[in-house]
Amino acid sequence: MFKATLKSLLSRKLRLVLSALAVVLGVMFVSGSFVLTDTLQRSFTDLFSSAFANVDVSVSPKAEKGKQPEPLTPQAIADVKSVPGVASAVGDVQGSARPIGKNGKVITTSGSPRFGFNWTGTGQEKIRDGKAPAAENEVAVGGFLATTGGFKVGDDIALLTLEPKKTFKITGIYEYAGGRDSLGGELSVAFTEPVAQQLLLGKKDVFSGITVTAAQGTSDDALRDAVAAKLGSGYDVKTGAALAKEQADQINEGLKFFNYVLLGFAGIALFVGIFIILNTFSIIVAQRTRELALLRSMGASRGQVIGSVVLEALVIGLIASIVGLGAGVGVGALLATIFSSLGGSSLQLAGIGVPMSAIISSFAVGMIVTVVAAVMPALRASRIAPVAAMREAATPDRPLTKITITGAAVAALGGTSLGFGFNQASLPLIFGGILVAFVGVALLTPILSKPMVSLIGRLLSWSMPGLLGRRNSARNPRRTAITAAALMVGISLITGVSVVLTSATKSIEKLASGQLQTDLIISGEGQVEGQPATFQRDVLTKVEKTDGVKSAFGWASDGVLQGEDQLFAVAVTDVNALKEMFALKPKSGAISPLRDDQLGLPEDLATEKGWTVGSTITLQLAKGEPRTYTVGFVWAKSQVLQGAMVLPESASKDFRSDQIGQAFAQVQPGANVADVQKRVEPLFADNPEITVQDRSGFVKQTTSQFDTVLLMIQILLALAILIAVLGVINTLALSVIERTRELGLLRAIGMRRAQVMRMITVESVVISVFGAVLGLAVGLALGVATVQALKDQGISELGFPWATMAQYLVVAAVVGVVAAILPAIRAARLNVLDAIAYE
Amino acid sequence: MVRTKPTEGNRQVSASDGVAARAVDVWKSYGSGDAAVTALAGVSVDLEKSRFTAIMGPSGSGKSTLMHCLAGLDDVTSGEVWVGDTKVTGLKDRGLTELRRDKVGFIFQQFNLLPTLTAEENITLPLAIGGKKVDRDWFDVVVDTVGLRDRLTHRPTQLSGGQQQRVACARALVSRPDVVFADEPTGNLDSQSGAEVLGFLQRSAREFGQTIVMVTHDANAASYADRVIFLKDGHIVRELLSPSADEVLDTMKHLDSVVAVPHV
Repeated sequence: MFKATLKSLLSRKLRLVLSALAVVLGVMFVSGSFVLTDTLQRSFTDLFSSAFANVDVSVSPKAEKGKQPEPLTPQAIADVKSVPGVASAVGDVQGSARPIGKNGKVITTSGSPRFGFNWTGTGQEKIRDGKAPAAENEVAVGGFLATTGGFKVGDDIALLTLEPKKTFKITGIYEYAGGRDSLGGELSVAFTEPVAQQLLLGKKDVFSGITVTAAQGTSDDALRDAVAAKLGSGYDVKTGAALAKEQADQINEGLKFFNYVLLGFAGIALFVGIFIILNTFSIIVAQRTRELALLRSMGASRGQVIGSVVLEALVIGLIASIVGLGAGVGVGALLATIFSSLGGSSLQLAGIGVPMSAIISSFAVGMIVTVVAAVMPALRASRIAPVAAMREAATPDRPLTKITITGAAVAALGGTSLGFGFNQASLPLIFGGILVAFVGVALLTPILSKPMVSLIGRLLSWSMPGLLGRRNSARNPRRTAITAAALMVGISLITGVSVVLTSATKSIEKLASGQLQTDLIISGEGQVEGQPATFQRDVLTKVEKTDGVKSAFGWASDGVLQGEDQLFAVAVTDVNALKEMFALKPKSGAISPLRDDQLGLPEDLATEKGWTVGSTITLQLAKGEPRTYTVGFVWAKSQVLQGAMVLPESASKDFRSDQIGQAFAQVQPGANVADVQKRVEPLFADNPEITVQDRSGFVKQTTSQFDTVLLMIQILLALAILIAVLGVINTLALSVIERTRELGLLRAIGMRRAQVMRMITVESVVISVFGAVLGLAVGLALGVATVQALKDQGISELGFPWATMAQYLVVAAVVGVVAAILPAIRAARLNVLDAIAYE
Repeated sequence: MVRTKPTEGNRQVSASDGVAARAVDVWKSYGSGDAAVTALAGVSVDLEKSRFTAIMGPSGSGKSTLMHCLAGLDDVTSGEVWVGDTKVTGLKDRGLTELRRDKVGFIFQQFNLLPTLTAEENITLPLAIGGKKVDRDWFDVVVDTVGLRDRLTHRPTQLSGGQQQRVACARALVSRPDVVFADEPTGNLDSQSGAEVLGFLQRSAREFGQTIVMVTHDANAASYADRVIFLKDGHIVRELLSPSADEVLDTMKHLDSVVAVPHV
């Protein structure tokens, strides 16, 4: 039996390749994800251990809950120096510093930090060119910044720090051990110590940390304990190794999430793969009916027949897993290389490794998926009575009642789970629901395929080959349905996401045009080291005084601590302007300027906390002692300003940064917005990270990230769609084999090769378009359900991405044409005589 | 349609007068070297218009190969094949396809019909493929002759074997080809159905003047033909005109003792 199976397997190489390919691609995605994240993890670990290579013990101020840590004083350094076993203790100053390129734009990285520090001469940095900064207007820059920005010694460089744009002279360029330009793609710049303190920490004579080296004979741990004992509480004292691990762990946590996302998409691809393999095995078993019946009539038991098919699946799964693992290592390595050089960040890659997780998951996934997909056809094969099978009758259409009822039940189950998932915001329930719903819809597909295929086919079958193609696609509803369902999965997910994003865009547009009574929006473009870019209060004053501006206000924002709860607060410069421009309506109290001990609350928060006008609330801001505020007003639910409390402007002094993060302006009646915008823009010449936009520009900027999200999802789902396309090719190729005699007959009675190809192409396009239509329908349903569930999160409008959906339909038709190419060529090349005689 | 202009050299063999298909010194061998098998060894034959010709011979005699070569389904190793005034030898795939579509009709032993099409659609398939209009009158004549009037909307799976074969006959005739080639058309039928099909082929030749070439190894089937050609080892060895089944059977029996004749 074993031998017979292997022989039958090897005699059908094409079939083997086609069915294995889907598994290979899925496994490749899985193992590639593991290899990529493993490589990056080890690279980052290496990076941090080299970054902290000459740190034995590091001291940093301990942050009190909800408060910004107080910087260290020179006294702390002196204290550390006095500890026995300390060879040296150097005060570090470090903070955000963003270089401006020669084109006037801020230089960005793909996630690596941009920072400035004090040049101590004791760090890992070694001057490569020129000399260390010695004067107030001098800096040294890292080799990577020099190459990225094209800077040479003697050039001027403008920098953004806590203060607006300042220009310095580059006196030196430094490098790291081994001549490396950077440790991990970071852009850094070194100042003299007093300048660094002023620009990076905002205060004279303070430090952000102390780097301690141990004297010979003192262990790092002992030194850490001694330093900690000397300084007492209020300080974090860690060894360099611990610090390196801590930081690497932090990055790796992020990578883990990244890995989960990749694995999620790999899961979708494999889910689609199951459809393909299931279909392939069904077709194979159907074609092998006679062979299996012969085995049965010679005395093979049902178990042996099942075993034969499952064995075939195991062999395919094993081969596919091995190939997929190999391909995954290649893809992972390739992606890691791309990642490491992305946007110029030169992450030194640790060697490409194959983690155990990649191997285990590859084989587990590859084998299990294949066998699961093969079991159903195997069971069916075993039920065929030998006599029935030997009589070669075209397999009659089995009734679709059972499968349809099952499908409806499964789809309902999936829908219910999805509903509960949304209700309880449970991701497992949501994803589980979606998957189960897919299976349900897939089971419903055969019953849908008859009317749908004939409808779609009618559009394409104006000629005889077209008619034949259409009839062929309607011939085996199950086969067509599963092939189409595989395509449905990818397309419906993309469609669902685009419905949500389109709805979000529409909601924002409506919000902006309806409730936002502001003409100009001044805000930071993107984020600067996790914080939005900010600008000085006095620039806002200048905006207010600009010709044509009726009123303007801005806010500084920060998290504040109320008891154990982290809340969000904005310190607003002009409450009246806020009220007018955001069209805020009072719920209770009057929305009017706040005294220094008053605050305003949004309705949601007030209700949740049971606060009313007159309640007193104690808040811990980032700096200073806790403060008590009285509620001055509560504003009615607004979609423009929600989730944040309004504090008086004076509160911003105790924020992490008292600078303005966002500002809004209204122009005078009759004034041209564009003209006023042109007058306001120059005020921000020293803040290149800040943009001044009109309403539509702001909406565009806010929604532009959706396009990125959609693109990413499209790229990640491309694999699922690619596998589905393989499925179409697979089905067609197997159908061509199955219909060899028919094709021979058609050629014998005068069908031209081109007509044969057209016939196959029509069949292919019908299947693809059917899959796309299903996908669009399911995707719309998913999208609408999600939008309904997110109504409270601000997606108030329902928008449909008609244009995008039309594109998917066109893409599906093109996919159909492409998928038909190989099977069509194969069909057209058949030798007529051989084909007619084909058994 | 590809027509080969008759040249000085082949005018003598391209006679379209009275001859529907012609083989001139046709050789066909498969494989090469020691493994080479010669299926046809210099066969020359004229198949007259409006006649029902049967090609007979034991297995391996080359009778099917001869038919395939005449019909443009297979190429010849040497020699020439003509259908009507079209020189088949040397035609490329497109030309061969058009020859099969426009000048030739086929009836195979089995699997003649497309399961996705109705009987009527199967009958008109060659015309539909060629984008030609169906001559309704002729269609009606053919359908009534094969007696399928009430079966036209049925799918092949709903028809008996004999009915299926009659649909195939109707399909072969409906485009009024120069020649209808039938490859063991009754091989899979019971004697009753077989007799119906053979009777129909006979009538087509007599009443409609349709040229029919049938390959068979069944003496009874051959007895319906106007002319029976006997093949052995790739040579034409005998021929009979309007023979009875017994005569055919007798000839077959003694075929072993017959010496091949180079020309008929």
